[in-house]
Amino acid sequence: MTQIELEGVSKSFKGREGELEVLDGISLRVQPGEFVSILGPSGCGKSTLFSLLTGIEAADSGTLLAGGEELAAGHQPFAWMPQDDVLFPWRTVLGNVALGAEVAGGLARRDARARALELLPTFGLEAFADSRPFQLSGGMRQRAALARTVAQGHDVLLLDEPFGALDALTRTDLQLWLEQIWERERWTVVLITHDVREAVLLSDRVYVLGPRPATVRLELEIPLPRPRTLETLADPQVAALEHELLAALDVGTART
Amino acid sequence: MRQLGRLVPALLVIALLLIVWQLYSTLGDVGSDLLPAPSRVASAGWADRSSLSDNLLPTVREVVLGFALSLSFAFALSILLDRSQAVRRALTPVLIGSQTLPIIVLAPLVVIWFGFGLTPKILLVALVTFFPLLVGLLEGYASTTRAAMTLMETMGAGWWKTWRLVRLPSALPSFFTGLRISVTYAVVAAIFAEYAGAELGLGIYMQSAKNSFRTDLVLAAVILCALLTLALYALTFALQRLLMPWYAQSRERPS
Ligand SMILES: Nc1ncnc2c1ncn2[C@@H]1O[C@H](COP(=O)(O)OP(=O)(O)OP(=O)(O)O)[C@@H](O)[C@H]1O
Ligand SMILES: [Mg+2]
Repeated sequence: MTQIELEGVSKSFKGREGELEVLDGISLRVQPGEFVSILGPSGCGKSTLFSLLTGIEAADSGTLLAGGEELAAGHQPFAWMPQDDVLFPWRTVLGNVALGAEVAGGLARRDARARALELLPTFGLEAFADSRPFQLSGGMRQRAALARTVAQGHDVLLLDEPFGALDALTRTDLQLWLEQIWERERWTVVLITHDVREAVLLSDRVYVLGPRPATVRLELEIPLPRPRTLETLADPQVAALEHELLAALDVGTART
Repeated sequence: MRQLGRLVPALLVIALLLIVWQLYSTLGDVGSDLLPAPSRVASAGWADRSSLSDNLLPTVREVVLGFALSLSFAFALSILLDRSQAVRRALTPVLIGSQTLPIIVLAPLVVIWFGFGLTPKILLVALVTFFPLLVGLLEGYASTTRAAMTLMETMGAGWWKTWRLVRLPSALPSFFTGLRISVTYAVVAAIFAEYAGAELGLGIYMQSAKNSFRTDLVLAAVILCALLTLALYALTFALQRLLMPWYAQSRERPS
Protein backbone atom coordinates (compact mmCIF):
# COMPACT_ATOMS: atom_id res chain seq x y z
CA MET A 1 0.00 0.00 0.00
CA THR A 2 1.33 3.40 -0.93
CA GLN A 3 2.11 5.52 2.11
CA ILE A 4 1.66 8.93 0.54
CA GLU A 5 -0.03 9.60 -2.75
CA LEU A 6 -0.56 13.03 -4.26
CA GLU A 7 -2.49 13.38 -7.50
CA GLY A 8 -2.70 16.67 -9.37
CA VAL A 9 -2.37 18.85 -6.27
CA SER A 10 -2.51 22.60 -6.83
CA LYS A 11 -2.31 25.45 -4.38
CA SER A 12 -2.28 29.20 -4.67
CA PHE A 13 -2.26 31.93 -2.04
CA LYS A 14 -4.36 35.04 -2.26
CA GLY A 15 -2.22 38.03 -1.53
CA ARG A 16 -2.57 41.77 -1.88
CA GLU A 17 -1.18 41.68 -5.41
CA GLY A 18 -3.64 39.03 -6.48
CA GLU A 19 -3.21 35.30 -6.66
CA LEU A 20 0.17 33.66 -6.10
CA GLU A 21 0.25 30.26 -7.79
CA VAL A 22 2.61 28.04 -5.84
CA LEU A 23 1.94 24.42 -6.72
CA ASP A 24 0.61 23.41 -10.10
CA GLY A 25 -0.60 19.84 -10.44
CA ILE A 26 1.90 17.98 -8.29
CA SER A 27 1.69 14.18 -8.34
CA LEU A 28 3.99 12.00 -6.30
CA ARG A 29 4.11 8.75 -4.42
CA VAL A 30 6.02 7.50 -1.40
CA GLN A 31 6.18 3.81 -0.46
CA PRO A 32 6.47 2.59 3.14
CA GLY A 33 10.07 2.59 4.32
CA GLU A 34 11.18 4.67 1.40
CA PHE A 35 13.44 7.72 1.57
CA VAL A 36 12.20 10.30 -0.90
CA SER A 37 13.65 13.75 -1.46
CA ILE A 38 11.99 16.77 -2.93
CA LEU A 39 14.49 19.04 -4.59
CA GLY A 40 13.64 22.47 -5.83
CA PRO A 41 14.83 26.06 -6.03
CA SER A 42 14.29 28.46 -3.17
CA GLY A 43 10.73 29.73 -2.84
CA CYS A 44 9.23 27.23 -5.28
CA GLY A 45 6.71 25.85 -2.83
CA LYS A 46 8.45 22.93 -1.11
CA SER A 47 7.40 23.93 2.39
CA THR A 48 3.88 24.58 1.11
CA LEU A 49 3.71 20.94 0.05
CA PHE A 50 4.31 19.98 3.69
CA SER A 51 1.68 22.46 4.87
CA LEU A 52 -0.81 20.61 2.71
CA LEU A 53 0.26 17.21 4.04
CA THR A 54 0.06 18.32 7.66
CA GLY A 55 -3.28 20.00 7.12
CA ILE A 56 -2.02 23.50 7.95
CA GLU A 57 -3.26 24.60 4.54
CA ALA A 58 -5.92 23.10 2.30
CA ALA A 59 -5.18 22.22 -1.33
CA ASP A 60 -7.20 24.00 -4.00
CA SER A 61 -7.54 20.86 -6.10
CA GLY A 62 -6.19 17.34 -6.41
CA THR A 63 -6.20 14.43 -3.97
CA LEU A 64 -3.94 13.69 -1.04
CA LEU A 65 -3.97 10.14 0.28
CA ALA A 66 -2.15 8.68 3.26
CA GLY A 67 -2.17 4.90 3.49
CA GLY A 68 -4.82 4.86 0.79
CA GLU A 69 -7.16 7.13 2.71
CA GLU A 70 -8.07 10.74 2.17
CA LEU A 71 -6.19 12.97 4.63
CA ALA A 72 -8.57 14.03 7.39
CA ALA A 73 -8.19 17.37 9.10
CA GLY A 74 -6.80 17.15 12.63
CA HIS A 75 -5.69 13.54 12.26
CA GLN A 76 -2.63 13.72 10.16
CA PRO A 77 -0.26 10.75 10.38
CA PHE A 78 2.97 12.68 9.81
CA ALA A 79 5.69 14.00 12.07
CA TRP A 80 6.87 17.36 10.78
CA MET A 81 10.25 18.89 11.40
CA PRO A 82 10.27 22.63 10.80
CA GLN A 83 12.85 24.40 8.69
CA ASP A 84 14.27 26.18 11.76
CA ASP A 85 14.59 23.88 14.71
CA VAL A 86 11.96 25.47 17.05
CA LEU A 87 13.54 24.09 20.20
CA PHE A 88 12.11 25.79 23.26
CA PRO A 89 14.64 27.48 25.56
CA TRP A 90 12.48 26.85 28.64
CA ARG A 91 12.77 23.12 28.13
CA THR A 92 15.86 21.00 28.41
CA VAL A 93 16.92 18.84 25.48
CA LEU A 94 15.11 15.94 27.11
CA GLY A 95 12.02 18.10 27.63
CA ASN A 96 12.02 19.22 24.03
CA VAL A 97 12.24 15.66 22.76
CA ALA A 98 9.56 14.56 25.22
CA LEU A 99 7.26 17.27 23.87
CA GLY A 100 6.85 15.25 20.67
CA ALA A 101 5.85 12.14 22.59
CA GLU A 102 3.62 14.07 24.96
CA VAL A 103 1.69 16.21 22.51
CA ALA A 104 1.60 14.20 19.30
CA GLY A 105 2.09 10.76 20.84
CA GLY A 106 -0.46 11.44 23.57
CA LEU A 107 1.73 9.95 26.31
CA ALA A 108 1.51 11.03 29.93
CA ARG A 109 4.31 13.38 30.99
CA ARG A 110 6.33 10.70 32.73
CA ASP A 111 5.97 8.19 29.92
CA ALA A 112 6.89 10.85 27.40
CA ARG A 113 10.09 11.60 29.30
CA ALA A 114 10.91 7.93 29.55
CA ARG A 115 10.36 7.56 25.80
CA ALA A 116 12.56 10.58 25.12
CA LEU A 117 15.27 9.18 27.35
CA GLU A 118 15.22 5.97 25.30
CA LEU A 119 15.63 7.94 22.11
CA LEU A 120 18.51 10.21 23.13
CA PRO A 121 21.36 7.71 22.57
CA THR A 122 20.25 7.13 18.96
CA PHE A 123 20.70 10.81 18.39
CA GLY A 124 23.98 11.07 20.28
CA LEU A 125 22.42 13.33 22.88
CA GLU A 126 22.45 11.19 26.02
CA ALA A 127 25.10 13.40 27.60
CA PHE A 128 23.02 16.51 26.89
CA ALA A 129 19.67 15.46 28.32
CA ASP A 130 19.70 18.29 30.85
CA SER A 131 21.32 20.93 28.65
CA ARG A 132 19.37 23.81 27.25
CA PRO A 133 19.05 24.13 23.47
CA PHE A 134 21.14 27.31 23.37
CA GLN A 135 24.03 25.39 24.86
CA LEU A 136 24.14 23.02 21.88
CA SER A 137 26.01 23.34 18.60
CA GLY A 138 24.04 23.72 15.39
CA GLY A 139 24.44 20.06 14.49
CA MET A 140 23.27 18.91 17.92
CA ARG A 141 20.26 21.19 17.75
CA GLN A 142 19.20 19.59 14.48
CA ARG A 143 19.62 16.15 16.00
CA ALA A 144 17.51 17.19 18.97
CA ALA A 145 14.81 18.55 16.66
CA LEU A 146 14.90 15.30 14.69
CA ALA A 147 14.61 13.32 17.91
CA ARG A 148 11.53 15.32 18.84
CA THR A 149 10.10 14.53 15.41
CA VAL A 150 10.74 10.81 15.82
CA ALA A 151 9.32 10.91 19.36
CA GLN A 152 5.95 11.81 17.90
CA GLY A 153 5.58 8.15 17.04
CA HIS A 154 4.29 8.55 13.48
CA ASP A 155 5.41 6.30 10.63
CA VAL A 156 6.28 9.11 8.27
CA LEU A 157 8.79 11.88 8.88
CA LEU A 158 8.49 15.13 6.93
CA LEU A 159 11.85 16.87 7.16
CA ASP A 160 12.03 20.43 5.85
CA GLU A 161 15.63 21.26 5.00
CA PRO A 162 16.92 19.86 8.28
CA PHE A 163 20.54 20.61 7.46
CA GLY A 164 20.02 23.79 5.45
CA ALA A 165 21.41 26.16 8.05
CA LEU A 166 24.56 24.17 8.88
CA ASP A 167 28.09 24.69 7.65
CA ALA A 168 29.21 22.35 4.88
CA LEU A 169 31.31 20.02 7.02
CA THR A 170 28.72 19.60 9.75
CA ARG A 171 26.10 19.09 7.08
CA THR A 172 27.95 16.23 5.38
CA ASP A 173 28.64 14.77 8.78
CA LEU A 174 24.96 14.81 9.69
CA GLN A 175 23.92 13.45 6.30
CA LEU A 176 26.14 10.43 6.79
CA TRP A 177 24.88 10.09 10.36
CA LEU A 178 21.25 10.22 9.20
CA GLU A 179 21.94 7.57 6.57
CA GLN A 180 23.38 5.34 9.29
CA ILE A 181 20.41 5.55 11.64
CA TRP A 182 17.94 5.39 8.77
CA GLU A 183 19.48 2.04 7.73
CA ARG A 184 18.61 0.80 11.18
CA GLU A 185 15.25 2.44 11.76
CA ARG A 186 13.84 2.48 8.22
CA TRP A 187 11.39 5.28 8.78
CA THR A 188 9.47 6.51 5.79
CA VAL A 189 11.08 9.87 5.11
CA VAL A 190 10.19 12.76 2.85
CA LEU A 191 13.08 15.21 2.82
CA ILE A 192 12.92 18.70 1.40
CA THR A 193 16.25 20.06 0.28
CA HIS A 194 17.92 22.30 -2.23
CA ASP A 195 21.19 20.45 -1.80
CA VAL A 196 21.70 18.10 -4.76
CA ARG A 197 24.43 16.13 -3.03
CA GLU A 198 22.17 15.55 -0.03
CA ALA A 199 19.37 14.27 -2.24
CA VAL A 200 21.68 11.81 -4.00
CA LEU A 201 23.40 10.60 -0.87
CA LEU A 202 20.27 9.90 1.15
CA SER A 203 17.39 9.12 -1.17
CA ASP A 204 15.85 6.12 -2.86
CA ARG A 205 14.06 8.49 -5.17
CA VAL A 206 14.16 12.20 -5.89
CA TYR A 207 11.43 14.48 -7.23
CA VAL A 208 12.68 17.66 -8.82
CA LEU A 209 10.35 20.64 -8.71
CA GLY A 210 10.66 23.59 -11.06
CA PRO A 211 10.41 27.23 -10.04
CA ARG A 212 7.06 28.63 -8.94
CA PRO A 213 4.42 27.61 -9.85
CA ALA A 214 6.07 24.27 -9.16
CA THR A 215 5.50 21.22 -11.30
CA VAL A 216 7.32 17.90 -11.05
CA ARG A 217 10.12 18.18 -13.58
CA LEU A 218 11.83 14.90 -12.99
CA GLU A 219 11.48 11.74 -10.93
CA LEU A 220 14.82 10.02 -10.51
CA GLU A 221 15.68 6.68 -8.91
CA ILE A 222 18.96 6.68 -6.99
CA PRO A 223 20.35 3.17 -7.53
CA LEU A 224 23.40 3.59 -5.30
CA PRO A 225 23.95 0.57 -3.05
CA ARG A 226 23.29 0.87 0.67
CA PRO A 227 24.57 1.39 3.24
CA ARG A 228 25.99 4.58 1.86
CA THR A 229 29.10 5.99 3.44
CA LEU A 230 31.76 8.56 2.74
CA GLU A 231 33.08 6.21 0.06
CA THR A 232 29.78 6.47 -1.80
CA LEU A 233 30.69 10.03 -2.65
CA ALA A 234 33.60 8.70 -4.71
CA ASP A 235 31.28 6.51 -6.79
CA PRO A 236 31.29 7.76 -10.41
CA GLN A 237 27.51 7.29 -10.54
CA VAL A 238 27.16 10.09 -7.98
CA ALA A 239 28.53 12.68 -10.36
CA ALA A 240 26.23 11.48 -13.14
CA LEU A 241 23.18 11.60 -10.84
CA GLU A 242 24.06 15.04 -9.53
CA HIS A 243 24.50 16.21 -13.08
CA GLU A 244 21.11 14.89 -14.08
CA LEU A 245 19.41 16.63 -11.15
CA LEU A 246 21.19 19.92 -11.75
CA ALA A 247 20.30 19.79 -15.43
CA ALA A 248 16.63 19.30 -14.54
CA LEU A 249 16.87 22.43 -12.40
CA ASP A 250 18.33 24.42 -15.31
CA VAL A 251 21.38 25.21 -13.22
CA GLY A 252 24.13 26.68 -15.35
CA THR A 253 21.92 27.83 -18.21
CA ALA A 254 22.78 31.45 -17.64
CA ARG A 255 19.82 33.72 -16.99
CA THR A 256 20.31 37.42 -16.92
CA MET B 1 30.22 38.98 46.70
CA ARG B 2 29.77 39.81 43.00
CA GLN B 3 26.13 40.59 43.74
CA LEU B 4 27.11 43.09 46.41
CA GLY B 5 29.78 44.56 44.17
CA ARG B 6 27.13 45.42 41.61
CA LEU B 7 25.29 47.50 44.21
CA VAL B 8 28.24 49.79 44.87
CA PRO B 9 27.55 52.38 42.12
CA ALA B 10 23.90 52.71 43.19
CA LEU B 11 24.90 53.14 46.83
CA LEU B 12 27.44 55.79 45.87
CA VAL B 13 24.80 57.76 43.96
CA ILE B 14 22.42 57.59 46.91
CA ALA B 15 25.17 58.67 49.31
CA LEU B 16 25.99 61.58 47.03
CA LEU B 17 22.36 62.69 46.91
CA LEU B 18 22.13 62.51 50.68
CA ILE B 19 25.26 64.60 51.09
CA VAL B 20 24.01 67.29 48.70
CA TRP B 21 20.68 67.32 50.49
CA GLN B 22 22.35 67.54 53.89
CA LEU B 23 24.59 70.41 52.81
CA TYR B 24 21.79 72.29 51.10
CA SER B 25 19.44 72.14 54.06
CA THR B 26 22.05 73.05 56.67
CA LEU B 27 24.01 75.69 54.69
CA GLY B 28 21.33 76.89 52.28
CA ASP B 29 18.73 79.51 53.04
CA VAL B 30 15.70 77.22 53.31
CA GLY B 31 14.32 76.84 56.78
CA SER B 32 15.22 73.58 58.41
CA ASP B 33 11.51 72.97 59.02
CA LEU B 34 10.69 73.30 55.35
CA LEU B 35 13.45 70.97 54.21
CA PRO B 36 14.79 69.04 57.16
CA ALA B 37 18.24 67.54 56.67
CA PRO B 38 18.46 63.80 56.08
CA SER B 39 20.08 63.37 59.45
CA ARG B 40 17.05 64.94 61.09
CA VAL B 41 14.66 62.87 58.95
CA ALA B 42 16.51 59.77 60.07
CA SER B 43 16.50 60.61 63.77
CA ALA B 44 12.85 61.74 63.74
CA GLY B 45 11.88 58.61 61.82
CA TRP B 46 13.79 56.45 64.24
CA ALA B 47 12.15 58.13 67.24
CA ASP B 48 8.75 57.45 65.73
CA ARG B 49 9.64 53.96 64.51
CA SER B 50 6.88 52.05 66.24
CA SER B 51 4.21 54.27 64.73
CA LEU B 52 5.90 54.09 61.33
CA SER B 53 5.98 50.32 61.36
CA ASP B 54 2.36 50.16 62.55
CA ASN B 55 1.48 52.22 59.50
CA LEU B 56 3.82 50.37 57.14
CA LEU B 57 2.18 47.00 57.64
CA PRO B 58 -1.31 47.95 56.40
CA THR B 59 0.24 49.52 53.31
CA VAL B 60 2.24 46.38 52.60
CA ARG B 61 -0.89 44.31 53.04
CA GLU B 62 -2.83 46.50 50.60
CA VAL B 63 -0.07 46.32 48.04
CA VAL B 64 0.25 42.55 48.31
CA LEU B 65 -3.48 41.87 48.16
CA GLY B 66 -3.98 44.45 45.43
CA PHE B 67 -1.26 42.79 43.44
CA ALA B 68 -2.75 39.36 43.93
CA LEU B 69 -6.05 40.63 42.56
CA SER B 70 -4.30 42.44 39.74
CA LEU B 71 -2.29 39.37 38.74
CA SER B 72 -5.28 37.05 38.69
CA PHE B 73 -7.31 39.57 36.77
CA ALA B 74 -4.54 40.24 34.23
CA PHE B 75 -3.93 36.53 33.65
CA ALA B 76 -7.59 35.64 33.27
CA LEU B 77 -8.22 38.57 30.99
CA SER B 78 -5.09 37.91 28.93
CA ILE B 79 -6.27 34.37 28.25
CA LEU B 80 -9.65 35.64 27.16
CA LEU B 81 -8.16 38.30 24.92
CA ASP B 82 -5.58 35.94 23.47
CA ARG B 83 -8.24 33.37 22.79
CA SER B 84 -10.63 35.52 20.85
CA GLN B 85 -9.99 38.41 18.56
CA ALA B 86 -13.60 39.51 18.90
CA VAL B 87 -13.25 39.85 22.67
CA ARG B 88 -9.99 41.70 22.19
CA ARG B 89 -11.59 44.19 19.81
CA ALA B 90 -14.56 44.65 22.11
CA LEU B 91 -12.63 45.18 25.35
CA THR B 92 -9.51 47.08 24.29
CA PRO B 93 -11.09 50.56 24.28
CA VAL B 94 -12.60 50.04 27.73
CA LEU B 95 -9.31 48.76 29.12
CA ILE B 96 -7.35 51.66 27.76
CA GLY B 97 -10.05 54.01 28.98
CA SER B 98 -9.69 52.58 32.47
CA GLN B 99 -6.10 53.81 32.49
CA THR B 100 -7.07 57.40 31.84
CA LEU B 101 -9.21 57.63 34.99
CA PRO B 102 -7.45 60.20 37.17
CA ILE B 103 -6.67 58.31 40.34
CA ILE B 104 -6.67 61.52 42.36
CA VAL B 105 -10.38 61.92 41.61
CA LEU B 106 -11.17 58.24 41.68
CA ALA B 107 -9.63 57.50 45.08
CA PRO B 108 -12.17 59.51 47.15
CA LEU B 109 -15.03 58.07 45.08
CA VAL B 110 -13.91 54.51 45.66
CA VAL B 111 -13.67 55.27 49.37
CA ILE B 112 -17.20 56.67 49.34
CA TRP B 113 -18.44 53.51 47.60
CA PHE B 114 -16.52 50.92 49.56
CA GLY B 115 -15.79 52.56 52.91
CA PHE B 116 -12.57 53.01 54.84
CA GLY B 117 -11.60 49.36 54.90
CA LEU B 118 -9.24 47.31 52.82
CA THR B 119 -11.45 46.97 49.73
CA PRO B 120 -10.99 50.41 48.13
CA LYS B 121 -7.21 50.17 48.54
CA ILE B 122 -7.02 46.77 46.96
CA LEU B 123 -9.19 47.92 44.08
CA LEU B 124 -7.11 51.01 43.42
CA VAL B 125 -3.83 49.13 43.54
CA ALA B 126 -5.26 46.56 41.15
CA LEU B 127 -6.64 49.19 38.80
CA VAL B 128 -3.30 50.93 38.52
CA THR B 129 -1.15 47.81 38.23
CA PHE B 130 -3.10 45.43 36.01
CA PHE B 131 -2.59 47.26 32.75
CA PRO B 132 1.19 46.90 32.37
CA LEU B 133 0.80 43.24 33.36
CA LEU B 134 -1.87 42.70 30.74
CA VAL B 135 0.06 44.47 28.00
CA GLY B 136 3.20 42.53 28.91
CA LEU B 137 1.33 39.25 28.64
CA LEU B 138 -0.40 40.08 25.36
CA GLU B 139 2.79 41.30 23.71
CA GLY B 140 4.52 38.22 25.02
CA TYR B 141 1.92 35.90 23.53
CA ALA B 142 2.29 37.69 20.23
CA SER B 143 6.03 37.03 20.27
CA THR B 144 5.43 33.29 19.87
CA THR B 145 6.90 32.38 16.51
CA ARG B 146 4.77 31.22 13.63
CA ALA B 147 6.84 28.04 13.31
CA ALA B 148 6.24 27.19 16.97
CA MET B 149 2.50 27.56 16.49
CA THR B 150 2.60 25.44 13.36
CA LEU B 151 4.63 22.79 15.14
CA MET B 152 2.03 22.56 17.88
CA GLU B 153 -0.75 22.44 15.33
CA THR B 154 0.85 19.61 13.36
CA MET B 155 1.26 17.72 16.60
CA GLY B 156 -2.47 18.04 17.16
CA ALA B 157 -2.28 20.29 20.23
CA GLY B 158 -5.48 22.18 21.03
CA TRP B 159 -5.66 25.84 21.94
CA TRP B 160 -5.25 25.34 25.67
CA LYS B 161 -2.29 23.00 25.38
CA THR B 162 -0.58 25.35 22.96
CA TRP B 163 -1.16 28.25 25.35
CA ARG B 164 0.18 26.37 28.33
CA LEU B 165 3.19 24.78 26.65
CA VAL B 166 4.26 27.50 24.25
CA ARG B 167 2.45 30.83 24.43
CA LEU B 168 2.70 31.30 28.19
CA PRO B 169 6.42 30.49 28.45
CA SER B 170 7.07 32.68 25.39
CA ALA B 171 5.30 35.52 27.17
CA LEU B 172 7.26 35.34 30.42
CA PRO B 173 10.12 37.72 29.54
CA SER B 174 7.69 40.41 28.46
CA PHE B 175 5.43 39.68 31.42
CA PHE B 176 8.27 40.45 33.80
CA THR B 177 8.90 43.74 32.05
CA GLY B 178 5.27 44.61 32.69
CA LEU B 179 5.53 43.39 36.26
CA ARG B 180 8.45 45.69 37.00
CA ILE B 181 6.55 48.68 35.68
CA SER B 182 3.50 47.71 37.73
CA VAL B 183 5.45 47.27 40.91
CA THR B 184 6.66 50.85 40.82
CA TYR B 185 3.05 52.08 40.62
CA ALA B 186 1.70 49.83 43.33
CA VAL B 187 2.91 51.66 46.44
CA VAL B 188 1.92 55.05 45.08
CA ALA B 189 -1.57 53.76 44.39
CA ALA B 190 -1.92 52.43 47.92
CA ILE B 191 -0.77 55.78 49.34
CA PHE B 192 -3.32 57.62 47.24
CA ALA B 193 -6.07 55.33 48.42
CA GLU B 194 -5.07 55.84 52.06
CA TYR B 195 -4.86 59.57 51.57
CA ALA B 196 -8.52 59.48 50.63
CA GLY B 197 -9.40 57.86 53.91
CA ALA B 198 -7.96 55.15 56.10
CA GLU B 199 -7.41 54.23 59.72
CA LEU B 200 -3.79 53.22 59.33
CA GLY B 201 -1.22 53.23 56.57
CA LEU B 202 1.71 55.29 55.34
CA GLY B 203 -0.63 57.51 53.35
CA ILE B 204 -2.66 58.55 56.32
CA TYR B 205 0.51 58.82 58.37
CA MET B 206 1.94 61.28 55.86
CA GLN B 207 -1.28 63.23 55.86
CA SER B 208 -1.40 63.72 59.60
CA ALA B 209 2.33 64.47 59.76
CA LYS B 210 1.84 67.09 57.08
CA ASN B 211 -1.12 68.59 58.95
CA SER B 212 1.04 69.06 62.04
CA PHE B 213 3.90 70.48 59.93
CA ARG B 214 6.21 67.55 60.68
CA THR B 215 7.98 67.60 57.32
CA ASP B 216 10.69 65.39 58.77
CA LEU B 217 8.17 62.61 59.44
CA VAL B 218 6.56 63.08 56.01
CA LEU B 219 9.95 62.57 54.42
CA ALA B 220 10.71 59.60 56.65
CA ALA B 221 7.52 57.96 55.40
CA VAL B 222 8.40 58.85 51.81
CA ILE B 223 11.75 57.14 52.20
CA LEU B 224 10.03 54.10 53.62
CA CYS B 225 7.80 54.00 50.53
CA ALA B 226 10.82 54.17 48.27
CA LEU B 227 12.45 51.32 50.18
CA LEU B 228 9.27 49.28 49.88
CA THR B 229 9.15 49.82 46.12
CA LEU B 230 12.82 48.90 45.82
CA ALA B 231 12.20 45.71 47.75
CA LEU B 232 9.28 44.80 45.50
CA TYR B 233 11.37 45.55 42.45
CA ALA B 234 14.14 43.28 43.68
CA LEU B 235 11.54 40.63 44.37
CA THR B 236 10.53 40.59 40.71
CA PHE B 237 14.07 39.60 39.77
CA ALA B 238 14.11 36.84 42.36
CA LEU B 239 10.79 35.59 41.03
CA GLN B 240 12.05 35.73 37.49
CA ARG B 241 15.10 33.72 38.36
CA LEU B 242 12.84 31.17 39.99
CA LEU B 243 10.35 30.89 37.13
CA MET B 244 12.74 31.33 34.22
CA PRO B 245 16.08 29.88 35.22
CA TRP B 246 16.91 29.46 31.54
CA TYR B 247 16.52 33.13 30.74
CA ALA B 248 19.55 34.65 32.40
CA GLN B 249 21.63 31.72 31.22
CA SER B 250 20.61 32.11 27.60
CA ARG B 251 21.50 35.79 27.70
CA GLU B 252 24.87 35.33 29.34
CA ARG B 253 26.18 33.67 26.22
CA PRO B 254 27.88 36.10 23.88
CA SER B 255 25.82 36.18 20.71
N1 LIG C 1 0.58 31.19 4.12
C1 LIG C 1 1.04 31.82 3.02
N2 LIG C 1 0.38 32.91 2.54
C2 LIG C 1 0.83 33.55 1.44
N3 LIG C 1 1.90 33.20 0.72
C3 LIG C 1 2.60 32.13 1.15
C4 LIG C 1 2.20 31.38 2.31
N4 LIG C 1 3.08 30.37 2.49
C5 LIG C 1 3.97 30.49 1.49
N5 LIG C 1 3.69 31.51 0.68
C6 LIG C 1 4.43 31.91 -0.52
O1 LIG C 1 4.52 30.78 -1.35
C7 LIG C 1 5.79 30.69 -1.97
C8 LIG C 1 6.41 29.34 -1.68
O2 LIG C 1 6.74 29.29 -0.31
P1 LIG C 1 7.42 28.02 0.34
O3 LIG C 1 7.74 28.38 1.74
O4 LIG C 1 6.57 26.84 0.12
O5 LIG C 1 8.75 27.90 -0.53
P2 LIG C 1 10.00 26.93 -0.29
O6 LIG C 1 10.21 26.20 -1.56
O7 LIG C 1 9.83 26.13 0.93
O8 LIG C 1 11.15 28.00 -0.10
P3 LIG C 1 12.53 27.85 0.72
O9 LIG C 1 13.44 27.03 -0.10
O10 LIG C 1 13.01 29.27 0.81
O11 LIG C 1 12.21 27.26 2.04
C9 LIG C 1 6.61 31.85 -1.45
O12 LIG C 1 6.59 32.88 -2.44
C10 LIG C 1 5.86 32.29 -0.22
O13 LIG C 1 5.99 33.68 -0.04
MG1 LIG D 1 10.78 26.11 2.79
